[in-house]
Amino acid sequence: MTDPLVIADTTFSSRLIAGTARFPNQQVMLDALAASGAQLVTASIRRISLEGYSGSLIDLLGDKYRILPNTAGCVTARDAILTAQLAREALDTNWVKLELIGDRELLYPDVEQLVHAADELVRKGFIVLPYCNEDPVSCQKLADVGCAAVMPLGSLIGSGMGIANPAAIELICSRSPVPVVLDAGIGTASDAAQAMELGCDAVMIDTAIAKSHDPVRMAAAMRAAVEGGRLARLAGRIPKQRFAEPSSPQLGLVGS
Amino acid sequence: MTRLKVNGEEAELAAATIAELLAERGIDPKTRFLAVAVNGAVVRRAEWPTACLAADDTVEIVRPFQGG
Repeated sequence: MTDPLVIADTTFSSRLIAGTARFPNQQVMLDALAASGAQLVTASIRRISLEGYSGSLIDLLGDKYRILPNTAGCVTARDAILTAQLAREALDTNWVKLELIGDRELLYPDVEQLVHAADELVRKGFIVLPYCNEDPVSCQKLADVGCAAVMPLGSLIGSGMGIANPAAIELICSRSPVPVVLDAGIGTASDAAQAMELGCDAVMIDTAIAKSHDPVRMAAAMRAAVEGGRLARLAGRIPKQRFAEPSSPQLGLVGS
Repeated sequence: MTRLKVNGEEAELAAATIAELLAERGIDPKTRFLAVAVNGAVVRRAEWPTACLAADDTVEIVRPFQGG
């Protein structure tokens, strides 16, 4: 495999991590995930209905994809840690996408709780991928406590506003000792390509695929964008300059 | 009967163990991807038949759902 993504000694050929929520129906989700090429897909952990068990979409995914459980919605380190432990028991994985929300409207991470929970989960043997602020200091602190990757936000979760602060994302990518996964805010394919061009190792996409008009086609677009952005990053873009530079030869012009 | 809090709801139950609690709620304990915590601590599947429930225990029964 050329140019694999490696997180915690695990190798992935796909650099797109896909969410499984908000799809119009089960078949569209399955088709979109297949079109995205994702190998790692996220899931939430929720209380079962006490009126008896009904099937979960995750039942369909467990054998085909590596599941990355999240702690979405948790507002305290204690709840996030318990959710991660329940996820480990339910899914037999020590990987967790750690989310600790500091504001229920903005869904912005609570950095203080996040670093604390990440530290504790790493000590308990978890592979922790934290959803975090697009701030090099927070990302460094999370790497320092042993997180396997960092997942800075591009913009607000589900907003589709793209990468609000590309300079910060580029800075994080240039300094991070662990892989950087752009999480949240991607709206369309060019956002995903931009994330990769800025130096991100992978992107996490849910709403932009699931809520698009044609999720299967958008999943294919995201896959192509991630691959294209990654290739462009590796190829190295030309420097920007303020003046034109003709691409055709200047000598031998007709009529001169 | 034991008074428990199950998934946030108060309940009077005859169950003495987690396995019995699941049975009483119509949940097959062999269901894949199920996990249980009592008073904030995960109880492994292998211990469900023997793990005793006491009055006022808080039980969480969870499984994975779609998520982002």
